[in-house]
Amino acid sequence: MKYVEEFADPEAARRILGRIAARTTRRWKIMEVCGGQTHAILRHGIDQLLPEEIELIHGPGCPVCVTPIELIDRALAIAARPEVVFCSFGDMLRVPGSDGDLFSVRAGGGDVRVVYSPLDALTVAEDNPSKEVVFFAVGFETTAPANALAVIEARRRGLTNFSILVSHVRVPPALRSILESPDSEIDGFLAAGHVCTVMGDQEYRALVAEFGVPIVITGFEPVDVLEGIHRVVAQLEAGTAEVDNAYPRAVRAEGNRVAREMIETVFAATDRAWRGVGTIPDSGWRLAPEFGAFDAELLFEVADVVAEEDPVCRAGEVLLGVLRPSDCEAFGTSCTPRTPLGAPMVSTEGACAAYHRYGRLGREIGARP
Amino acid sequence: MECFTDRGTAMGRVAFGSITKDVCLALVPEAVVGDHVIVHAGVAIAVLDVDTARETLELFAQIDFGGEQ
Ligand code: SF4
Repeated sequence: MKYVEEFADPEAARRILGRIAARTTRRWKIMEVCGGQTHAILRHGIDQLLPEEIELIHGPGCPVCVTPIELIDRALAIAARPEVVFCSFGDMLRVPGSDGDLFSVRAGGGDVRVVYSPLDALTVAEDNPSKEVVFFAVGFETTAPANALAVIEARRRGLTNFSILVSHVRVPPALRSILESPDSEIDGFLAAGHVCTVMGDQEYRALVAEFGVPIVITGFEPVDVLEGIHRVVAQLEAGTAEVDNAYPRAVRAEGNRVAREMIETVFAATDRAWRGVGTIPDSGWRLAPEFGAFDAELLFEVADVVAEEDPVCRAGEVLLGVLRPSDCEAFGTSCTPRTPLGAPMVSTEGACAAYHRYGRLGREIGARP
Repeated sequence: MECFTDRGTAMGRVAFGSITKDVCLALVPEAVVGDHVIVHAGVAIAVLDVDTARETLELFAQIDFGGEQ
């Protein structure tokens, strides 16, 4: 694809690696926030090509991983209802709740469908007027515009059998909680490019001003990731801290105005529990009160199930970057992509799944002392 | 990319490598046929700035091997 392959060019990658090596004089810990970047880093072996001094820490940007178990349980309860068609992105289906996953609901006769867009779920609702169609609206700021649009469209088309189960999370409050944590040793961040495509860079400017860490908005192709790392290192070595945009072909300072306005109309800020991490103030969105008619949590009275995490899973530490996946006792033994104990082993964006898939199996292979 | 409307929603047919998908264009009113768009969950969230992409690539091509510019 045009403007994709060029940013995976090995020659350009080698040049940027050379620059990083020439600039690096000390140890730096850099967190890539987004799970898509984590996968690019492991897939292309970027973690192993960088100078030894640079350690990449994997961040919490995996929407499937951070969706709280209580919400998965609620999804399972709604999906099991006979009148419901439950639509979801494919990678939510195997995320374990307290008792089973969406696949097991489907095996038990529930109508669970994989869709590629919430707009596809709208079509399902139009085609099945006698059914209640519920879309599982999880994700970061990148998927919020699509989910907001689906709700606006549902209202415009007069659909009364469509609703969404919302668990939206936002990146900046998570970065803040990482920066405020006494265990955090992160020197700089690669911010998730497409989140900024939607939201712009404003909130990151505030974080830089408050905490004095460089934040570089970074894309997802290997050359993009390397350039992001290069720019963080350049700032760290120079002792500066700014928001820098290493992904200007996709990110403008103001973000996407139309998308932001739609998000502001449909959603309202709320505290969110992050799976394995705990509640982060103002870290998510729920439907605004005017859109209550589309809120599956209000429409389906789901008794609060007592959610139970697998006690072995250390997903919270993995998500905050304080534990490498391969240092989890269960990694690759009782927890594998076929038998996941926690969400980070399920999702295509989860750090545990990435370590497993790209063979960072032992401490001696991937981790550095 | 081709443009059309579906039940009143602005849509486009977008090629992703060898496959094509129908994508909602409601959030990128500036998009025209031939643009490259960034798509999330079936909705285009941005038109790729092709001039900037080319500039970035040129800058990478100018880096001297193994060191500072
Ligand atoms: S390896 Fe499995 S059990 Fe360990 S933290 Fe990752 S998902 Fe949880």
